[in-house]
Amino acid sequence: MVSPVLRHVNERVELLLEIADDELILGWRDSEWTGIAPFLEEDVAFSSIAQNEIGHARALYELAARELGKTADELAFDRPPADYRCARLVELRLPSWEHTIARHYLYEEADAIRLEQLKASADAEFAGLAAKIDREELYHRMHAQMWFDRLENEPRFVAALDELRPLVGVRDGHTPELTELWVEMTMVRRSQPAGTTW
Amino acid sequence: MIYEVFRQERKGQAFQHAGSVEAPDEPFAEWYAREQFGRRGESEALWVVARESILPIEDFVDELNRNYHRVDGYPLKEKLKEARERAGTSTQKAT
Repeated sequence: MVSPVLRHVNERVELLLEIADDELILGWRDSEWTGIAPFLEEDVAFSSIAQNEIGHARALYELAARELGKTADELAFDRPPADYRCARLVELRLPSWEHTIARHYLYEEADAIRLEQLKASADAEFAGLAAKIDREELYHRMHAQMWFDRLENEPRFVAALDELRPLVGVRDGHTPELTELWVEMTMVRRSQPAGTTW
Repeated sequence: MIYEVFRQERKGQAFQHAGSVEAPDEPFAEWYAREQFGRRGESEALWVVARESILPIEDFVDELNRNYHRVDGYPLKEKLKEARERAGTSTQKAT
């Protein structure tokens, strides 16, 4: 476990991990719809969004890993759940489509503001990566907006938005659902002896 | 709604039918078409058309069997060859 090192990291790594953890956990949660989304086209689309988010997480972990002398995989999978920096919003297992789309919309809205700030950062490497990620997120935002426009007058969707909105950006402690996901997410990796190369 | 998707593989090439996507409206159709036919760099451009906007023509009446309208049954190749030989401009080298 790399945890002792990661309790005290500099601001840059802290922010990289925060975003990477958000993207990784949301990517996993979104991917839970693969095969069971409301219809086939959306299944392909939403799975692809999930895959993009995990790709963004990898790129961010790589930046942090270089600074910490670790690998992206170690950062993604070898920390205990308590050391993750993700927001509670992304941790929840949401088996209803209206909640999933509400979270997707709220996340993209918040993520856009964060990426906009990072793109203007003096840290050229970080700003460059943020710009790259943002070019993909643009399509995620289009997707979230389309669903929002379609569902905005549906009471179930409105209720889901109201329910989830207070969780945006809340990072003080985690939900039990993060630990459940972590167990699944790291199962294969933990089943291998230390030093296994993948 | 079904949208038909046509794909251009390289600039300047003709668009070819790639498949179809089911979507509730045009923005969704655009997104799904991009996702299924464009994200791997396999397309230069796409045309996304609502199936109902396509004018289908399926019946070609030829009651009087006017086969002179058809392009089959008139082998030009042999006739050209003969004509070239007569004119002495055969593309085949004389031995």
